[in-house]
Amino acid sequence: MTAAPPIPDPSLELRAVAHSYARTPALRGVSLTLHPGEVVAVTGPSGCGKSTLLHAAAGLLTPQAGSVTLLGRDLARLDETERAVLRRREVGIVLQYGQLVPDLPLRDNVALPLLLDGGDLAAARTAAHDALARVGLADAAGAVPQEVSGGQAQRAAVARALLTSPRVLLADEPVASLDATGGRQVLDLLLDVARRDGGAVLLVTHDNTAAALADREVRLRDGAVEHEAVLR
Amino acid sequence: MTELHLALLLRGPAHGYEVKQAYDRWFPDAKPLAFGQVYATLGRLVRDGLAEVVETRSEGGPERTVYAVTDEGRERLRAWLAEPAPPAVAGTEDVVRKTVVALRTSAPGRAARAVALDQRTAHLRRMRELQARDPAADDVATRLAHRYAVLHLDADLRWLDEAVEALDSPTPEEPR
Repeated sequence: MTAAPPIPDPSLELRAVAHSYARTPALRGVSLTLHPGEVVAVTGPSGCGKSTLLHAAAGLLTPQAGSVTLLGRDLARLDETERAVLRRREVGIVLQYGQLVPDLPLRDNVALPLLLDGGDLAAARTAAHDALARVGLADAAGAVPQEVSGGQAQRAAVARALLTSPRVLLADEPVASLDATGGRQVLDLLLDVARRDGGAVLLVTHDNTAAALADREVRLRDGAVEHEAVLR
Repeated sequence: MTELHLALLLRGPAHGYEVKQAYDRWFPDAKPLAFGQVYATLGRLVRDGLAEVVETRSEGGPERTVYAVTDEGRERLRAWLAEPAPPAVAGTEDVVRKTVVALRTSAPGRAARAVALDQRTAHLRRMRELQARDPAADDVATRLAHRYAVLHLDADLRWLDEAVEALDSPTPEEPR
């Protein structure tokens, strides 16, 4: 008899996470597990707590109750600097509008995670250039964000998120500002983190065509999980 | 279906199997055409003078009847293309019927919500299957047929999202 392969440790685990803004609850005891190689779509109507969940998963927000374990680390036990280092080295984050630094050329925007980590400028720029080439933006490396289209800026943000080959990718409405073709290109790049590299992808989206690409859907309603379904 | 078969024969004389293959290529996301339906339709086309039998081929296997479109068939196809298709009548799809019936017959909220959410999952799974094929290799007509399937599923999904949200708001009783 062959032993079943061991179940890998979750890449991300939220347990009974609750958080309120002033007196308005945004999350009411949400639990969610994300495994290596898995893509989970978090869906639900506006204001259901999707973005708060993603911010809690990234350690950008400390929930008032519950725990978040990211790559085996309990985020509540890390200080702000340790969380920032964990994010920079192991986690890719893509937000709706790319969040690029306006004055920096795309090349340096993409190189930022390596530069902030004390990396050599020339090496960081070379890596950034390669990452931009992978998303089809080699020719735009010297342009600043306002000189490129929304789709190109978003692809640059993806290049930055993928620069360090993250084990966890967190994306919040990554294609909301893009047309169908541009959106699909960006989604394919993000999904490669799981499909090709075995990382875990958490995709917050209200776009059903994007959600349908996930392995599993977790639907929130009023800050709680209302429905969960395997899609593959 | 009559006109589609005429269109498929317009490419040149073909036997039933070739007609089926061409249809399945033209509409890769549709249900594959059943052989029985192809032969029944071709038989009707011949009966009505829209197509004719031009030869029977054997090619080492079973005998196959080869059909070609007639002038009358071409005229019928031209007339069909010139007439816009009537927009679909809303409310006849099962997805709408089931959700409305669940809403009208179950205790407020919960059961109807479950129907809508389970339907959403079924639609998302189909959407996932549709998106698994890489449309980059398709010609423009195939890509458009595929896009139609994706957009229609997306429209259903948006409607289901609205249905789920609407179930949160109390509505006046249905008049009897």
